[in-house]
Amino acid sequence: MSSIKASAPDTKTGYKSFELGRFSFSRDEYFVTVRWPAREAQLSHTLPVDAFLRALVRDVAWGFFYGWVNFDSVLGTRNRYGQVELYAGRYNDSYRDSSLDYVETFDTPEILATFKTMLSDWTNAGFDPFAAPAETGTAVFGKKNGSNTAAIERNRETCRRMPGLPGDASLRSDANGYPVNRAFTDVEQDEPEIHAEPGFENEVHAFNLFKYLSRSDVTWNPSIVSVCRNSLFCPTTEEHILPVIHGNDRVEWFIQVSDQITWQVSDKETGHPRARVVMKPGDVAAMPADIRHQGFSPKRAMLLVWENATPGLPEKYDSGELSPYPIEL
Amino acid sequence: MPEYTTVFGSLERYEKGRVEIINDQAQHYAFSNIFEVASQAQPYEKIAVAKNLEYVVEVLRAEGRSDWFTATHDEFAVVMDGHLELHLVKLDDPASVVSPDTQGSVRLQGPPVGKPMGWLKLRRGHQALLPAGAAYQFLAEQPCVILLQTLKGPLTVEKWADICAG
Repeated sequence: MSSIKASAPDTKTGYKSFELGRFSFSRDEYFVTVRWPAREAQLSHTLPVDAFLRALVRDVAWGFFYGWVNFDSVLGTRNRYGQVELYAGRYNDSYRDSSLDYVETFDTPEILATFKTMLSDWTNAGFDPFAAPAETGTAVFGKKNGSNTAAIERNRETCRRMPGLPGDASLRSDANGYPVNRAFTDVEQDEPEIHAEPGFENEVHAFNLFKYLSRSDVTWNPSIVSVCRNSLFCPTTEEHILPVIHGNDRVEWFIQVSDQITWQVSDKETGHPRARVVMKPGDVAAMPADIRHQGFSPKRAMLLVWENATPGLPEKYDSGELSPYPIEL
Repeated sequence: MPEYTTVFGSLERYEKGRVEIINDQAQHYAFSNIFEVASQAQPYEKIAVAKNLEYVVEVLRAEGRSDWFTATHDEFAVVMDGHLELHLVKLDDPASVVSPDTQGSVRLQGPPVGKPMGWLKLRRGHQALLPAGAAYQFLAEQPCVILLQTLKGPLTVEKWADICAG
């Protein structure tokens, strides 16, 4: 049973503060302050509350995802699959070279419970951290004002084989609460013509993936739409900035389906810039296992993220058994 | 008029992006464009554009009637440009066509022996299941582009130096 260490609500702002191991988290009307022990002192770091909540909601919804979820250049989590490392400054040269970085490992249920409670307490009514900034306004700022449970309790939509098959994930429609997003009203909504022989109705299957994506109600939150053993097609719709800087613990690939996304790629350990990848419709790019990346999407775009969920990959990349680069030219 | 215009690529109209190197090597990103790859491909050549250990994503230029293919595992096809028909046959004896430990798709030597499962009309944006143990055939009157989620197999063509150039 995990124990959540939360303070009483602040008498001025109404928000609780939280302790997690030797880390502490507090928020005011605009900012989140994180504190951790460093040498004999205590260091602190400040993040804008909207950026912090956008990163936090994804870290929670993704179950800490594959590898590193950097909230910014200082704070983040590393998934150890069963445990999670929470770090400050560990992947930032200045902090680490000065021995001011700090890492603490938690069992996944413990950190998840604290993060969920923090997310719930700090998300005001009317603010949806999964939405694009233009869609959700400024209710995140100011004193505590209600909550938005429905928005923050979304999980990644995953399928076992393919959405729409009997017993598998649902397709998206007006009827089940997925209207076409404002940025995709020009995306065709037709469905494939399917002529199944009797007895094969459950195997002859197709759906309109672009329609499905046009009805996504979240940004930067991949779904799973097809499972080929451990190969997962994880398409997503992206607008504004990826709220985390994702550090890879395996190779992943991006296939740009529509519009344009620019990726800023940095070294996973140091954060030093390595490349910018400008992706237009039809472009394909590998994201190596030794980088961190953040995307910028000026117009809501469709992106196909391709993941390999084979167990044990992080250890093989860490040990050097596998090259961080998928292709030898 | 919609407030926003969604831009997709096609064989006739695509613009390739780029990798701007700061302190790295471009080849680490294996950057290509599926429409460029398909524009230079033979019909139904299965060209890998992404590879992750034994898994691949292949691009196929669909044009005319394909041979029949099958695999021992599910595969998934996304139509990225054009429209086509997909025909499916449940093989009576899949093991006689392809060894159960074979990965990726294989070409049948002749027409499939089995029960017709049905057929589908697919166009841009549609994703179809190619079920394990079924034979499948594409029919495209005009050139189209298919993205295939599968495993690397005997028909997979890897020509990274060609597709990642430029």
